[in-house]
Amino acid sequence: MVRLLALMAFLIMGAVASFAIHAAGVPKPMVKVEGSGQCIAATEEMRINHMNMLGHQRDRSLRQGIRGEKASLIGCVDCHASKSTGSVLGKDGFCESCHAFAAVKVDCWQCHQPKANFKAAGNAGATGAAGAVGAKP
Amino acid sequence: MMIQQQTKTVDGAFYFALAVGGLISAIGVAAALYMEIMGHQVSGMNNQIFWGLPHVFGIFLIVAASGVLNVASIGSVFGKKAYKPRAPLSGLLAIVLLAAGLAIIMLDLGRADRVLIAATHVNLTSVFGWNMILYPVFFGLVGLYVWTLMDRSKNQYSKAVGTAAFIWRLVMTTGTGSIFGFIVARQAYQSAILAPMFIILSFAWGLAIFLIVQEIMYARSKMELHPQLRARMKNLLGVFIGAAMYFVAVYHLTNVYYAKQIEFTHFILVSGGIFPLLFWGGFVLLGSVVPLLLLYAPGFSANKGSVTAASYLTVAGGLCLLFVFIIGGQAYPMDMFPGMQVTSSFFDGKIDSYTPSLPEILLSVGGFAIAFTMTLVGVRVLRFMPQDDVAKLQSAGYLHD
Amino acid sequence: MTEPNDKSRRGFLGAAAVGAAGLGVAAIAPGLHLIEVSQASAPGKGASSKVRWGMLIDTTKCASDCNACVNACNSENGINEVLKDPRQGSQWIRKIDLKDSKSGITHSLPMMCQHCEHPPCVDVCPTHASMKRADGIVLVDRHTCIGCRYCMLACPYKARSFVHMTLTEQNPEVPRGQGCVESCTFCVHRVDKGQIPACVEACANAEHNAMLFGDLNDPNSAIAQRIAEVKTTQVRADLKLNVGVRYQGI
Repeated sequence: MVRLLALMAFLIMGAVASFAIHAAGVPKPMVKVEGSGQCIAATEEMRINHMNMLGHQRDRSLRQGIRGEKASLIGCVDCHASKSTGSVLGKDGFCESCHAFAAVKVDCWQCHQPKANFKAAGNAGATGAAGAVGAKP
Repeated sequence: MMIQQQTKTVDGAFYFALAVGGLISAIGVAAALYMEIMGHQVSGMNNQIFWGLPHVFGIFLIVAASGVLNVASIGSVFGKKAYKPRAPLSGLLAIVLLAAGLAIIMLDLGRADRVLIAATHVNLTSVFGWNMILYPVFFGLVGLYVWTLMDRSKNQYSKAVGTAAFIWRLVMTTGTGSIFGFIVARQAYQSAILAPMFIILSFAWGLAIFLIVQEIMYARSKMELHPQLRARMKNLLGVFIGAAMYFVAVYHLTNVYYAKQIEFTHFILVSGGIFPLLFWGGFVLLGSVVPLLLLYAPGFSANKGSVTAASYLTVAGGLCLLFVFIIGGQAYPMDMFPGMQVTSSFFDGKIDSYTPSLPEILLSVGGFAIAFTMTLVGVRVLRFMPQDDVAKLQSAGYLHD
Repeated sequence: MTEPNDKSRRGFLGAAAVGAAGLGVAAIAPGLHLIEVSQASAPGKGASSKVRWGMLIDTTKCASDCNACVNACNSENGINEVLKDPRQGSQWIRKIDLKDSKSGITHSLPMMCQHCEHPPCVDVCPTHASMKRADGIVLVDRHTCIGCRYCMLACPYKARSFVHMTLTEQNPEVPRGQGCVESCTFCVHRVDKGQIPACVEACANAEHNAMLFGDLNDPNSAIAQRIAEVKTTQVRADLKLNVGVRYQGI
């Protein structure tokens, strides 16, 4: 009986809390859109579908070699990277601010470059001593 | 004689063992997590030896998992009465060892977080791809098998399910051997004998682990295994150890026969430092010859301690053999340009060396701890203790002298 | 070297043919060689199975002390991480020095993914991450690679590397990251734009012209014609993998 009461109390508390949040309104993430010009689709559609667009495009691009499609991760980064940090990541970054809010972990940036117009610095010592030897013209 | 009954004793030793096993398991998982965050730079593995200690331990457990089911198969499929009471424990150990072995291998993946992809994108030309089917079905079949053994109303199905599980485990270990058997690139691996060799090795390693667990359980419950039963099982272990040695010998002999692999065989058996040492000293001497002596030499053979010692040594020898096979096979450079001396920035033509790092060791030992902990809980909550009806066995002519 | 005049505009490509600009190559800028648009991966079209990209390496022109191809690969593909144990670093292309044990004759050559027609890495990959495009380029799909390293065991050329640490310096067009296996892509991001791989271009810029890239399926391509003329070798031809990278002079 005690357990049942506890359970009931817990449920009621949860319901009250969720009403309170709804009434007050959840703080929305601050997503800064710094790029000028048009996105490849309307904002509403991008919000709902960007992951599908990118997911399908990435498979066609990598596995079938179909290039130059409308959706592309490089395209996202080029437009949406922050002017100050140059990246779509970081607290106010275009991708991270919203994904942190929605608690959706993305795996893109383990491999993809989150900074716009990034150019890796030369080739260092990855290949050991041999890598450092230059061409003899 | 009476039926030996397990008497439940509540003792602190169980909880202590549970805590120790759980702690070592947790440390192993934490070590894997550390490798996952830092990348495999914190391991001793590299781009030439990319399968290391976790793979030695993991593959050992997976092979032993299939072998330990043999005890049940001998009872159910081949009708040997002495093995029937051992079938449930054998099934439990099969599940537990496979789970622990897979845990090690999966935790070592570069992207362990994506392990589900392995199930959703199966490539059937890959032996690993087959394993994505072989392992889950093995879990299912053995689980079902243990159910038919332990639920009296389902006993009638145990032979049919047991036979299916027996066939499946042969297929599964064929798959494990074929992970290496189909590798055309390397001197050490491509060989049709690897599949049967792994099956025989599984017989020996699985039985050894079974005997160890059984002996511990009896000791904890203050029960005594009938000496004649022990004698039967130690003879079987001896046969398996001998057969394993035979297959390993044939594997090396065929490699010597193929002219282009003779240099590799010389490396692994004679000149390769740690590898010949572990092969001759670890697998052959400590892991096979000494156990055979312990099992058969007069004065030792009927002794409980010598059978248990032989079992432990068989396990250690198996680990040595897999270390030589997996790591030695990668350490030796691939022969891309026959007749040429090869040098490069990527260590072509060089014999590589491997020292496992602490996280790898912790993960590997953690895998054994996972198996230990799962077994401990399993035998605690259900009646897996092999209990012999000695009188019945005697009248059936199973116990001589 | 010059090209025959009847050469079709399709599939003409290669550092050794830079001098023949104007026939099949539109030299827009140094190092940028446009393949006819139908040949390159045009928007919406994708890689074609009519094409088989390949490379011919003339080891007699490759200098032992030159590392231009390796350096170009590293900077093109953003391979610049430094690992404490150099054996853990990625090498998409490496220079190999050979010395004949009997005659003492030496050779030098670059070794990389051989882009096999029957790639063992693709066969063994449990998740289809190792894959071959229709035009013969063998790639790793990092979206499905779980880092099991079975492909490294299967590759006869030691062409694959495992990324042993977290990376942050990727070039935007060449994603690569920790825990996945990777290898030479034939600079697929350049090839799809009608350019040649960075190593081939660097070899030409170093005036060695030891590397020739092109379509093996097109009988009029420079590479197909050279292979028809001179004796070329496939490394580990005994495995019958029908590799895309051929060697001349070993």
